[in-house]
Amino acid sequence: MTDPIVRIENLKIALPEGADRPYAVDTCSFDLFPGKILCVVGESGSGKSMSANALMGLLPEGVHVSDGRIRLGERDLVGLTDEEMRDLRGRRVAMIFQEPLSALNPLMRIEDQIAEVFEAHGLLKPAERKKRAVELLTEVGLPDPARAARAYPHQLSGGQRQRVVIAMALALEPEVLVADEPTTALDVTTQAQILELIRTLQVERNMAVMFITHDFGVVAEIADHVTVMQLGKIVEEGPAAKVLSNPQHPYTRKLIDAIPKLRAGRAAAPAREPLMEVKGVSKTYRSGGGLFRPVREVHAVKDINLTIGRGETIGIVGESGSGKSSFGRCLVRLQDTDEGQILLGDQDITKAQGKDLQELRAKVQMIFQDPYSSLNPRIRVGRTIADGPIAHGTPVAQAMAEADALLERVGLPGAGKRYPHEFSGGQRQRIGIARALALKPQVIVADEAVSALDVSIQAQVLELLDELKRELDLSLVFITHDLRVAAQICDRVMVMQKGECVEIGPGSQVFDNPSHPYTRSLIEAIPGKDWDAEAA
Amino acid sequence: MLRFILGRMVKIALILLAITILNFCLIHMAPGDPALVMAGEAGDADPKFIEDLRAQFGLDKPFIVQLWTYVSHFATGDLGFSYRQQMPVSELILDRLPATLLLSISAFLISLILGVVAGVIAAARQGKASDSIISTIALLFYATPLFWMALMAVLLFSVQLGWMPAFGYETAASDMTGLARMLDIAHHLILPSVVLGLFFMATYVRITRASMLEVNRLDFVKTARAKGLKPSVIQRRHVLRNAILPVVTLAGLHAGQLVGGAVLIETVFAWPGIGRLMFEALQSRDYNVLLGVFTVSAALVLMFNLITDFTYRIVDPRIRLK
Repeated sequence: MTDPIVRIENLKIALPEGADRPYAVDTCSFDLFPGKILCVVGESGSGKSMSANALMGLLPEGVHVSDGRIRLGERDLVGLTDEEMRDLRGRRVAMIFQEPLSALNPLMRIEDQIAEVFEAHGLLKPAERKKRAVELLTEVGLPDPARAARAYPHQLSGGQRQRVVIAMALALEPEVLVADEPTTALDVTTQAQILELIRTLQVERNMAVMFITHDFGVVAEIADHVTVMQLGKIVEEGPAAKVLSNPQHPYTRKLIDAIPKLRAGRAAAPAREPLMEVKGVSKTYRSGGGLFRPVREVHAVKDINLTIGRGETIGIVGESGSGKSSFGRCLVRLQDTDEGQILLGDQDITKAQGKDLQELRAKVQMIFQDPYSSLNPRIRVGRTIADGPIAHGTPVAQAMAEADALLERVGLPGAGKRYPHEFSGGQRQRIGIARALALKPQVIVADEAVSALDVSIQAQVLELLDELKRELDLSLVFITHDLRVAAQICDRVMVMQKGECVEIGPGSQVFDNPSHPYTRSLIEAIPGKDWDAEAA
Repeated sequence: MLRFILGRMVKIALILLAITILNFCLIHMAPGDPALVMAGEAGDADPKFIEDLRAQFGLDKPFIVQLWTYVSHFATGDLGFSYRQQMPVSELILDRLPATLLLSISAFLISLILGVVAGVIAAARQGKASDSIISTIALLFYATPLFWMALMAVLLFSVQLGWMPAFGYETAASDMTGLARMLDIAHHLILPSVVLGLFFMATYVRITRASMLEVNRLDFVKTARAKGLKPSVIQRRHVLRNAILPVVTLAGLHAGQLVGGAVLIETVFAWPGIGRLMFEALQSRDYNVLLGVFTVSAALVLMFNLITDFTYRIVDPRIRLK
């Protein structure tokens, strides 16, 4: 076996005083080998990103390496001056990030941002830098690289931007690439392409890759070696195949078990009487149309027909821009529809006004994606939950008491007097669920309700949702980009592409026997699906 | 781009027309009759004389006719005639406008440049002594009433130290020409423009500082660090360029205000600008001059707005290319 290019030995990273624990990373050791991918897996707060930042010399202010070594070849990076570290960054170790949308400067052309890498290390002449930028963009597979080089970040899609970030990282042919959740923010088909790209480039250039992820599916797809971290400590490590098929540590097992399997989680519930009927709903966004500007139209939702049965869980899956969220917002009348009807009983949600609309709103409630921005930070959570009932005429004292009861039901007894910032992401999503339930709805629309959560927390929240749904006989419209989640909890699944429904049917049928090519491509792109099949 | 300019020009013309009509109506609703004031000053309160004055100036016509006369003249660039000063209003204003523009633009540049520089420094030294000192000084200038600061500056720099002239636009009856005259005007300009500039500086300091700190936390700054760029390059090229966007918005709003904000300073420093012209016209009920000043300052505000929008399109490609 070749020698490792990076050896991390007994690394300790100290957090500032007052943090939840003294060390973000506590006595961790691992090696990176040329031509191999090491996946560092863990949930938020496990210290996986901190160790990556330490390797890059990019620890946030107040956080520092307090002990251990980070060897790059013969050199120990701990204790290097800022100037020495700066010289290594980009040249010998490079990094790609999670959010391709924000990782690029919005005000600079792509070619200038790539050229900067050469400039930072005093390499090439300005004209050569730009030429090299185009070559790099070609190498990472951007269509029309010359044009992309002249573009600004906002003119590129998320996947394209991630390719730009990769091109930038590869510019100086570094020996080590650190990738911090580089595909988490991408659609599943784009994710598959980017993973493939990283794999190819890494083999071609014999690079060592430290790949940070929370997703065991991704691990199954690309890892040679795996290190599992929990609360700053390494709990398990080994060759990827071994860890995936035979995890030793209970925490690893828990993480792997929490991943929804890509098989219909249950037989579709027997059909019951229809509760909500969607007939030919369309929504078009129009923008522009000023004095001298033409109107731009985007058909977000096109002629959707759907019957939702009482107690049924319908999954709506698709990539970003497929119109799934727009459709969800139409269902709760957070936005008006252009055409069609959404009938609940004999009332049409799309047309209702005033008192009727208010009553209908109580029956159809929503849970939002982002557990951080969907709760008002200045209002105590009890009041947030009680607000709906109060608006519908429940006396304040009674509404507050009901809110407390709901919080207890979602596993947060006595939480009513606290503010949102005092809760974790998973807890906030429970609060979101309690809020949706406060008006005793018949239908809940959950828009990517578990996407922002760690996999173990995600499993708990899904379980809670499922329990409540049965207990209260709710219908659930579950919008997600994650086919695994949809497979696990949905009775029926609708696949959307560019505003249209391309396929709808029971979960078992859609996932095991997809009829539309788009559905097949989505399933094909799911990371780790072969590993799934083996496990099955 | 051409389409953008055309669209904006049409909008500006319409807004200007609306403002003119509104000003005209407001002035007519205000108490006081110019004919009475003039007759009083002429020492003749004979009703016949007053009637004649009214007829002469068209004040006896119905309001709507007066409005139409004004607006149709306005459309051809004619702002009317000041009977008090015996001069066309547009000439009066054009005479005074350069002084006002000189003062407001200097003050504007002083506040913007000092404010942004101080804000960048404060952000770079966040939490340190120099950060608090910069913020405190800026706040001090902002909290001190403008006229008071002006008077104190005159007291210190003109009366005590004798470094600056206390008032005026240039040394009276000195017959200077060319460069000598320019330097003389610049010498007179220093006190009023610095006082006005320091007053407006505080907001730029605060917004630049806050905006720099916010941009510093964004992901692309980390990307820039991962490339191995020097911190000074990161601050200038990545952070400042992004942090300057809200400053541009604020500067656009301020630039319009400065014309109005100069009134007080022009009065204290006896600066012969349109601020003082307006003040004099107000006291003597010189309606045409008042209306003219209002319209011209409205036009300036709109022009500054247009410049802001253009600047924004230059500094932020997301707006330009949408």
